[in-house]
Amino acid sequence: MLDETIRKKFLAIVGNNHFKDDNATLLAYSYDSTAQFQALPDAVITPRDKMDVQAIVNICNEHHIPIVPRGSGTNLCAGTTPLEGGIVLLFTHMNQIIEIDEQNLTMTVQPGVYTKDIFEAATEVGLFYPPDPGSMHISQIGGNISENSGGLRGLKYGVTNDYVLGLEVVLPNGEFIQTGGKLAKDVAGYNLTELFTGAEGTLGVITEATLKLIPKPETTKTMLALFHDLETAAQTVSNIIANRIIPVTLEFLDQPTVKVVEDFAKIGLPTEAKAVLLIEQDGAHEVVERDIATISTLCEENGAFDVQIAQTQEDAEALMTARRSALSALSRLMPTTILEDATVPRSEIANMVQAINDIAKKYDITICTFGHAGDGNLHPTCLTDARNEEEIARVEKAFEEIFEKAVSLGGTITGEHGVGVMKLPYLHLKVGEAGINVIQQIKRAIDPKNIMNPGKIINMSKVEV
Amino acid sequence: MKEQEKNRIQQAFKEKMDYDELMNCTRCGFCLPSCPTYIETGQNEVHSPRGRIALMKGLVDGVIEPSDEVKESIDLCLGCRACEPVCPSGVQFGHLLEQARDAIYQTNEQSFIEKTTRSFAFNKLFPHQNRIQRATSLIGFYQRSGLQTIAHKTKAIKLVPKDLRAMEKVLPDVPKRKVMKQRPEQVTAIAPRRKRVAFFSGCLMDTMFLSTNDATIKLLQYAGCDIVIPKTQACCGALHGHSGERERAMEMAKRNIEAFEEEAVDYIITNAGGCGAFLHDYEYLLREDADWQKRAADFSRKIKDISSILIDLQFDELDLQVVDQIVTYQDSCHLKNGQHTFMEPRQLIEAIDGVHYVEMTDASRCCGSAGIYNIVESDMSMQILDYKMTQVKNTAAKTIVTANPGCLLQMKLGIEREGLSDSVQAVHLVDFLLQAYEQKEEQVTT
Ligand SMILES: Cc1cc2nc3c(=O)[nH]c(=O)nc-3n(C[C@H](O)[C@H](O)[C@H](O)COP(=O)(O)OP(=O)(O)OC[C@H]3O[C@@H](n4cnc5c(N)ncnc54)[C@H](O)[C@@H]3O)c2cc1C
Ligand code: SF4
Ligand code: SF4
Repeated sequence: MLDETIRKKFLAIVGNNHFKDDNATLLAYSYDSTAQFQALPDAVITPRDKMDVQAIVNICNEHHIPIVPRGSGTNLCAGTTPLEGGIVLLFTHMNQIIEIDEQNLTMTVQPGVYTKDIFEAATEVGLFYPPDPGSMHISQIGGNISENSGGLRGLKYGVTNDYVLGLEVVLPNGEFIQTGGKLAKDVAGYNLTELFTGAEGTLGVITEATLKLIPKPETTKTMLALFHDLETAAQTVSNIIANRIIPVTLEFLDQPTVKVVEDFAKIGLPTEAKAVLLIEQDGAHEVVERDIATISTLCEENGAFDVQIAQTQEDAEALMTARRSALSALSRLMPTTILEDATVPRSEIANMVQAINDIAKKYDITICTFGHAGDGNLHPTCLTDARNEEEIARVEKAFEEIFEKAVSLGGTITGEHGVGVMKLPYLHLKVGEAGINVIQQIKRAIDPKNIMNPGKIINMSKVEV
Repeated sequence: MKEQEKNRIQQAFKEKMDYDELMNCTRCGFCLPSCPTYIETGQNEVHSPRGRIALMKGLVDGVIEPSDEVKESIDLCLGCRACEPVCPSGVQFGHLLEQARDAIYQTNEQSFIEKTTRSFAFNKLFPHQNRIQRATSLIGFYQRSGLQTIAHKTKAIKLVPKDLRAMEKVLPDVPKRKVMKQRPEQVTAIAPRRKRVAFFSGCLMDTMFLSTNDATIKLLQYAGCDIVIPKTQACCGALHGHSGERERAMEMAKRNIEAFEEEAVDYIITNAGGCGAFLHDYEYLLREDADWQKRAADFSRKIKDISSILIDLQFDELDLQVVDQIVTYQDSCHLKNGQHTFMEPRQLIEAIDGVHYVEMTDASRCCGSAGIYNIVESDMSMQILDYKMTQVKNTAAKTIVTANPGCLLQMKLGIEREGLSDSVQAVHLVDFLLQAYEQKEEQVTT
C-alpha cells in the first residue's frame, strides 16, 4: 500500500484515469509469461507522455518506491513481476511511431509500439525491421529492447540490439539522457545505447528509441527437413553453417513439439518425424534458389528422410506462425511449462541436444526441445505440474545441470530471454564473481537507491547500497 | 461489496472453477490482440482474457478477494470467445467464464434486481407510449424466458434513452400468436430427398424472427431435406448459461435432448450461431451427470449450422441471384469460435450472382451484441458497435449479412445510429439466400 500523500502526488500528475490501485488491477499486473512467479504491485500507472514518466520517477526516487516498467508482460524471466511491490509503469499511451526517416533508414518510436506494427510500418515503405521474437504480434518495442530479444531471423540478421541506434531514457534520478542517434557510427564515450539495451528495466525507463531499418529482401523461401532422430538434425544444423551458408531462419523442433503445434495450427505438419528443421532463406531470387537447393542436399546427405519446400507465401507464413506458437502449445500436454534458454556455440548444438536428453532421463522428467538452433539457442521446455513439489525440485536440479553443461560448452545461461529473477541464481555461472561485481557497480552508479526493477538481473540487497 | 457477499463468492469460486483449465493458461498473451474489451479499454489487462483468467485463479488461490472491480472484469467480458481459437494452449475460455459467472451470480440477492427492473420500466419505458409497443416484443421475450431477471441481476439496465429509441426502431414486429402456432411438425423435401434433419427453432428466432425460421425451413426443403420440428423443444439456455444461471441452462438442455433424441435424423439444424454453439456444448454442460452424459454427447454431435449443411448439399451450385450490390459479412462469434463455421457463410454469399463481396476489416470481431450485453453493458457495447460500423462503411456495402439474431439486431441498431437506414440493410443469411434463390426461380418461370 502506498502512503496516502504519495498516492495523492501520483494522482496529481496523471489523474484518476491513469492511476489504479484497486485489487483487480493489482492482480492483473502481478505476473508475466513466466510460470510460478507472481507478486502484487502497489499501484499501476499509465503515463501519458515522457514528462509524466519523469515526474513519476522523481517521486519514486524521492520516496524509494520501486518502479517496474512493463510492456506486454510476455517476458520469460519474471522480469515484470513486482517482487518488491512499488509501481508498475505502462506505455499504452506512449505507442506512437514518431517518424520513419527514409533518407537515413531509421524509425523513431515510443516504447509502447507493438513489434509487429514496427515490422509492418517498415514493410509499407519497402524497408525491413528484422527482429521477430515469437511474441512479436503482442510484445512492445520497449520490452524487446530491454530484453534484447532475438527471434526467428536472428541467425542472419542478429537480435534487437543490432537495430537500436539510439535511446532516450529517464534515469532513476529523473534526468533525461539521449544515447546514440541516427548514426551509422558513433564512438563518443562508452556505448550507452548497448548498456540500456538488455538492461531489463533496471537502469532507467526508455521513453523513445531510434531503430535501424534495412532494405527489404527481394524474396524468401521456406522449407522443412525431417529427421528420424534428434542428434542427426542437430548435427545438420552445425554442418549447414560450417558450409558457410547463413539462412535467415534455422529452427529446430522435436516430435512432441511438432505434434502439439500441429494440434493447434492444423496445417499438416509432419508429426511422424522425430525432429524437424524449419529453414528460411531470403535475398536475391537466384541466391535464394541456390541456397535452398544446397541446404536441401546437405539435409539429405546428413540423413533427412524428407525435405519439403513451401510452395506459396501463405504456406511459408503458416509455418512461421505455427513455430511461434510452440511454447504455448506445449502447455496442452501438462499444466505447467517451464522453459529455458541455454545457448551454445553453433558447433556444439548436437552435443547440447544430447546432453539435454541425458539430463531429462537422469532426473526422470519430460523435456521437449525446440528453438533457434542456428543461433545455438535452444529452448528445452519442461512439462510438469507446479503442484507436484517433489517433481519441481527435480526439474530445478535438471535445469541447473543444463546451465552448467551449456557454460562448459562455451555457452550461456540465457540467449535471449534475460536473467530477470528466474535466472538470477545462475548468473555467476556465466559471468563469474568478477562479472557480478562489475554489474553491481554499474547498477549502483546509475541507480544508487535501487528503485529500478529491483531484484532483477542482480541482487543488490546483499551488498551495501 | 459486503463481507458476507465476498465470502460467498470466494467460496463459490473454489467450488466451481475448473482449476486444471485455469492452470492451462501459460499467460503468453497471444489472446490479447483478439479481445475486443482489451482493445476498447486501451489495453487494460484487467479486461483481457489473460487478466480474467488470472483474476479467476487469484480468487481460487486466495491471492485476492472478490471486489466490485473483479466483478466488473467478469461482467464486461462479451463472452465472444475470440480468445479461444488464437490460444495455442487450447484454453476453453467460454467454460471458465460460465463457471465464474455461475460463482458470482447464482445466489445473488433479489431485492436489488426488482428495484432496478421497476425503475427501468417506470422511468424509461412507461412515459413513452409508442416505445412500449415495440419494446414489449423484446421485453416480453425477456420476461417469458426469465432472462429479465438475469439481465438485472448482472447489472442495472443502463440503456440511455437515445439508444433505446434506436433499439425500438430496429425491433421487428412480433407476429400474432396464431401465426406462430400454424407450423406443422413435419415438412418434406421439395428437391429429391437427401437428408432427414431436425430443426431447432430457438425462442427468439421463433418469435421476433419467425419469417427467418420459415425461410430456413424452405431452404432446407429446396436443398433436399425432410424436416422435423419437435414441438416439445425449449430455449437453448445459452443466455442463462452465459449469465450465471447454470442450473436453468441444464434443465433446458435436458428438455431439448429429450425432445430431439427420439427422431432419427442426420443433423439438428440451427440458424442462430449463439444457440448452435451452446447446443454443441451440452456435452460439456452435462459432463458430470452420468445419466445424461452420453445422451448429451449424441445430441451435441448432430448440431449443424444451416450454412454448413447447405454447403454439404451443394446449395451454392444452384442458380442464385440478387440485384448487383456490395455485400459484407459479419461473423457470429459463436458460430465462428464455438462451431468453427466461418467459411461456409462466405462461400454461400459469394456464390450469388450480383454479389460483389467485400470482406470488412476485423469481420470476426464481436459486434457488441453478445446476448443481453448490449442492454446490460450498453456503453461498451456501443463503443464496440461504433468501431464495427466504421469498418462496414469502409466496405461501402449495401447489405450486411449476419448469421445470428443478436448480431442482426445489433447491426440494424448500428445502421440506425449512423443514420444509414436509407442506404444500408442488415439481413440474416437465410433470408438473403432465399431471396436469391427465389428471385432466380421467378426469372426462370417468367
Ligand atoms: C510465446 C512466447 C514466445 C516468445 N518468443 C521469443 C523469441 O522468439 N525471442 C525472444 O527473445 N523472446 C521471446 N519471448 C519473450 C518475450 O516475448 C520477449 O522478451 C519480449 O521482448 C518481451 O516484450 P514485452 O513487451 O512483453 O515486455 P515485458 O515482458 O513487459 O518486459 C520485458 C522487460 O522489459 C522491461 N521494459 C519494458 N518496457 C520498458 C521501458 N519502456 N523502459 C525500460 N524497461 C522496459 C521490463 O521491465 C522487463 O524487464 C517469447 C515469449 C512468449 C510468451
Ligand atoms: S493465449 Fe491462451 S495461454 Fe496464452 S494468455 Fe491467452 S488464454 Fe492464456
Ligand atoms: S470472450 Fe471475448 S471479450 Fe471475453 S475475454 Fe475472450 S475475447 Fe475478450
